[in-house]
Amino acid sequence: MEKKINNPAILVDDLSFHYGEKNVLEHVTMEVKQGSFLGLVGPNGSGKSTLIKCILGLLKPQQGSVSLFGEKVQKFQKWEKVGYVSQKANSFNTAFPATAFEVVSMGLFGKVGLFRFLKSSDKEKVWNALKAVNMEDFANRNIGELSGGQQQRIFIARALVSDPELLILDEPTVGVDIESSESFYKMLKNLHRENKMTLVLVTHDVGVMTNYVTDVACLNKQIHFHGNTKEFEESSSENMSAFYGHHVHVIHHDHDHE
Amino acid sequence: MLPFLKYEFLQNAFLTGIMVGLLAPVLGVFIVVRRQALIADALSHITLAGIAANLLLGKWFAVFAGANPVYMGMAFSVGGAVFIEQLRKVYKHYEELAIPIIMSAGIGLSVIFISMADGFNTDLFNYLFGSIIAVKQSDVWTVFAILVVVLAFVFLMYKELFVLSFDEEQGKLSGIRSNWILIAFMAITALVIAASMKIVGILLVSSLMTLPVAASIRIATGFKQTIWLSVLFGETAVIAGMFLSYYLDLASGGTIVVCLIIILSLSIFYKKLMGSRKAG
Repeated sequence: MEKKINNPAILVDDLSFHYGEKNVLEHVTMEVKQGSFLGLVGPNGSGKSTLIKCILGLLKPQQGSVSLFGEKVQKFQKWEKVGYVSQKANSFNTAFPATAFEVVSMGLFGKVGLFRFLKSSDKEKVWNALKAVNMEDFANRNIGELSGGQQQRIFIARALVSDPELLILDEPTVGVDIESSESFYKMLKNLHRENKMTLVLVTHDVGVMTNYVTDVACLNKQIHFHGNTKEFEESSSENMSAFYGHHVHVIHHDHDHE
Repeated sequence: MLPFLKYEFLQNAFLTGIMVGLLAPVLGVFIVVRRQALIADALSHITLAGIAANLLLGKWFAVFAGANPVYMGMAFSVGGAVFIEQLRKVYKHYEELAIPIIMSAGIGLSVIFISMADGFNTDLFNYLFGSIIAVKQSDVWTVFAILVVVLAFVFLMYKELFVLSFDEEQGKLSGIRSNWILIAFMAITALVIAASMKIVGILLVSSLMTLPVAASIRIATGFKQTIWLSVLFGETAVIAGMFLSYYLDLASGGTIVVCLIIILSLSIFYKKLMGSRKAG
């Protein structure tokens, strides 16, 4: 038991992935400790989403391995411990006729199991998840009627409903207006602090992110930096300009610090 | 009893129609939301090939002459369904290609079988356009068996089908074994298509799966309501269509489809009306 707790939530070991001739990830090694909040940054096309899909076992890397909570991803069974919010735009049909409540309840299906139905205690969980993202008033609205930011909250609720220990968010604020993304980051910070959840946030929003995360990894096919936020900030100006190919100002939003 | 139902063949047609009016829209909801509305068309054409094959074999072997061609149609349709799922994997980036491939294969085979069997007959005409007069007692029992299997499948696998329709990735993450569920779903769709064709006809089967859903999706809130409304629309069109077909002496498939189109227009109109009220 003791040993299990010390296992990293995610361990990526020498992972390489290519689509045909095109190398997307090269020798990526990365560790996400339980209880940490990692910001995974990189320019467009740097392989961030591909890495996440390898971590979730949705793509099979040609080389290297992924472990979740100390278990190889191919053998990993406890998917209810993992919540995933994908890039909204390309993964969902906005005209789908389902209510917000129905969408959130999908997050429980893995836990509930085959041939079984949601019990009233499960419905309670759905309501709690909706409350956690402040969307309980929209439970009976069709998902397509909600704004982009609201839809994204519903997807977070779906990821939260099974009470995961690890939550992975792939560019969750893309297409969401700034105001709702600010409160969104605060919500994540809260989940990390209060619920002791391990979080991985994929983003290209370097400035805002550093106010919330505990660790940073920079990816562009390879891992260029992997360390805690303080180290990242100290090294960031040189690192970042080399990394993105032009000078990057890391903007601090000090009003977000309590 | 209604005068309409005094003949046994009409009772058969009526019972089959009611069962089909339930089955086709229920499966149709999942098909439409997966953006695969044309799959029903592809499968119905491959079913036609099965029926034509049976007619041809019937000329050569007495065994097949006595058999209900619906069974051969089902066998072809289920085979085609499994094949579509496999083709979707081969053409990962052009998943919709599976549909024209199967559809043209179905028509090509049908035409060959029909010409070898020395052409068209009334039987075949009935399969193409639907005829309530042609429904036999054995068809009623076949459709009833399909009804039991399909409703049990959809009821027990509701969650899984729902997640896989909404987003396949999430389904895989919840540990759902998506492959066999999708193949089973396609096979079941194939069965329902074969079951529906006596009433609406092969060329119009897909309309009974997609039009009620098209109407219901405009006005329903939530997935369950979408299913219920689709069934309501499907049943209304089947029952009204069969009555009209009998009293006006029209092909049943055509009248059912026209009823569906009317319902669809009403639902679009209703939505517009509600929308303008909200705005005003």
